[in-house]
Amino acid sequence: MPNMSLEKVKMPEQAPDIRNKNFDEVAIGYTEEMAIEEAQRCLNCKHKPCVNGCPVNVRIPEFIEKVAEGNFSEAYKVITTTNALPAVCGRVCPQESQCESKCVRGIKGEPVGIGRLERFVADWYMKNGKDEVVKPELNGKKVAVIGSGPSGLACAGDLAKLGYDVTIFEAIHTAGGVLVYGIPEFRLPKAIVQKEIDKLSEMGVKVMTNMVIGKVLSIDELVDDMGFDAVFIGSGAGLPSFMGIEGEALVGVYSANEYLTRINLMKAYLDEYDTPINKSKAIAIVGGGNVAMDAARCAKRLGAEVYIIYRRSEEEMPARLEEIHHAKEEGIKFKLLTNPIRILDDGNGKVAGIECLEMELGEPDASGRRSPVAKEDSNFVIDVDSVVMSIGTSPNPLIRRTTKGLETNRRGCLIVNEDTMQTTREGIYAGGDAVTGAATVILAMGAGKKGAESIHEYLKNK
Amino acid sequence: MFKIVTKRELNDAVTLMEIDAPFIAKKAKAGQFIIFRLDKLGERVPLTIADYDREKGTVTIIFQKVGLSTKMLAEMNEGDYISDFVGPLGMPTDYEDFKKVAVVGGGVGNAIAYPQAKALHNMGVEVDIIAGFRNKDIVILEDEMKKASTNLYITTDDGSYGEKGFVTDKLKSLIDAGNKYDAVIAIGPVPMMKFVSLTTKPYGIKTLVSLNPIMIDGTGMCGGCRVTVGGEIKFACVDGPDFDGHLVDFDELMNRNSIYRTCEAEASEHMCTMNRLGKELIK
Repeated sequence: MPNMSLEKVKMPEQAPDIRNKNFDEVAIGYTEEMAIEEAQRCLNCKHKPCVNGCPVNVRIPEFIEKVAEGNFSEAYKVITTTNALPAVCGRVCPQESQCESKCVRGIKGEPVGIGRLERFVADWYMKNGKDEVVKPELNGKKVAVIGSGPSGLACAGDLAKLGYDVTIFEAIHTAGGVLVYGIPEFRLPKAIVQKEIDKLSEMGVKVMTNMVIGKVLSIDELVDDMGFDAVFIGSGAGLPSFMGIEGEALVGVYSANEYLTRINLMKAYLDEYDTPINKSKAIAIVGGGNVAMDAARCAKRLGAEVYIIYRRSEEEMPARLEEIHHAKEEGIKFKLLTNPIRILDDGNGKVAGIECLEMELGEPDASGRRSPVAKEDSNFVIDVDSVVMSIGTSPNPLIRRTTKGLETNRRGCLIVNEDTMQTTREGIYAGGDAVTGAATVILAMGAGKKGAESIHEYLKNK
Repeated sequence: MFKIVTKRELNDAVTLMEIDAPFIAKKAKAGQFIIFRLDKLGERVPLTIADYDREKGTVTIIFQKVGLSTKMLAEMNEGDYISDFVGPLGMPTDYEDFKKVAVVGGGVGNAIAYPQAKALHNMGVEVDIIAGFRNKDIVILEDEMKKASTNLYITTDDGSYGEKGFVTDKLKSLIDAGNKYDAVIAIGPVPMMKFVSLTTKPYGIKTLVSLNPIMIDGTGMCGGCRVTVGGEIKFACVDGPDFDGHLVDFDELMNRNSIYRTCEAEASEHMCTMNRLGKELIK
């Protein structure tokens, strides 16, 4: 008899007033008993709508059935047949718009906590599971993966399983892409990311850090001189956008990428690390996505009074519901329907405030979102000493500029055949944000997996 | 891990190191830079590539002890290893088809001006080097610069070596004496590059400067190194570090470079003369 409770088993969390002063993980995770109880809410539907909502089609009812039986080890095996990074996805996927949005239990009451269960299983296995990593026999073919973010890791993992000799080239000094420089410790502990990467290394995947492809080696050199039979580009969309308003060059204005890189990758908030970060008294984060929520919650933990400035209303915010909810609980102030027009100078080249206009929502635009329109003479100033621009990113031009024959669209995204992920050049595949522009971890992983399949298709007969 | 192959103290404050980095040595060109990180607690610090040896697989860096990381690096010895060394980053200098060039270096900036002069000299370009130093004690690379130039002019602020005065004085007198330069390449402290640009502007001489904003990743991902050039935002790490000196907003760059001054307070015992002069004039 399933557990017919309308609500998910509550996730134990650090209290808001405690967690907004530390970088430890906010959500503590289910115990075995909680996981079994939640798993019993699954009706094990025959048509499995949840699976279609998952970009990598995790066999959801099957793994949940194993959890309900208390067989966590088997549950892990079911998940990892299609998902290489369950501890990451269970934490950072926007489940409310993916698997859980399709859950039958969500029609009346809350859907099954699929993400929480996936996370529980992955964490349980990291602690208790016996990892017999089988190093597959090499098939003699070499594949280069550019970028060690979610798409590159997923692609490398799948190819290694198939016997390819895989080398990942990463530009910075630590592998993981946005998982290490972007998403903060309190949402995704870096030790977990490292464990997932270590697992790939045990499978034989080589990771070369400090290798900026397009500078130190070109894609053509990888193929012609170093003998790689195929290349997967998973270089992401890391180039930050600025608004182009007055005052963006003042001291105290950061891109979200810079702010988060200093904090997450360089650990600027810890004394023993050398990278500095200025502690703000009051800070404005401009934007409404997950990156904006991350930057805001980091700033709060560094002791600032934090404002999120977003030009539409809460309904249109692209951030995960849970992140918005967490941010509010932690004391972050939301200035909605507000658009910055100028950053003020204190006379010494530092930020003295941000001048904004009030907005109202007009007619829906082509994308279906109601576009914000400024109210006349509604100018007002928010008193801040720092500003973080979190209004989006686009793909870095380095690879497309240095590789002949790689076509891009006008936003600088690589053009691929969507069925095969092949770029406009034979043998070169791409996926993740480098193709779609800034999107989600799980979509990038899905693209990495698809890329691996196509590379296998391409190389097995070659 | 990257091995320190050679270490040489050029003066009390300036150190030269050759680092074993074959991938970078194979590709490096004048005007490009590297980023190093000492260990897992370290920060990422950019340094211009001063030289490279493609056969030996080494890259030479020359740096001044100004902050925590450069002081710690200077404490290390031949045979030691640093954790990370990435490059070559940035765009190489575009030499077009110059026939005669003045390369102007300020202080430790001469270490970076020198490979530019050498590259041009090897291309058969007539190169005048104007190398400015605070005083005799900190003069570096004199022999190397002599070999890489048609004429080498050394200036010191106090006249303790070479000619007394600033590089801008010397540059102006050379231009006024009828030297027709196709370009001036200025590398040194920001105020010095600013004043060289102001010196050449009335003459309409193309002036390239090598900017040194604060950087983290050096690959175009954070925009910490953004500078305004001709009214547009540029990222020095990918669009530069060389820019047209007549278009750069130097005051903005000086302001942005002061961001972490409080964090590195104890590190600034040395402030060069041009820097002080620049500060006074900008006020």
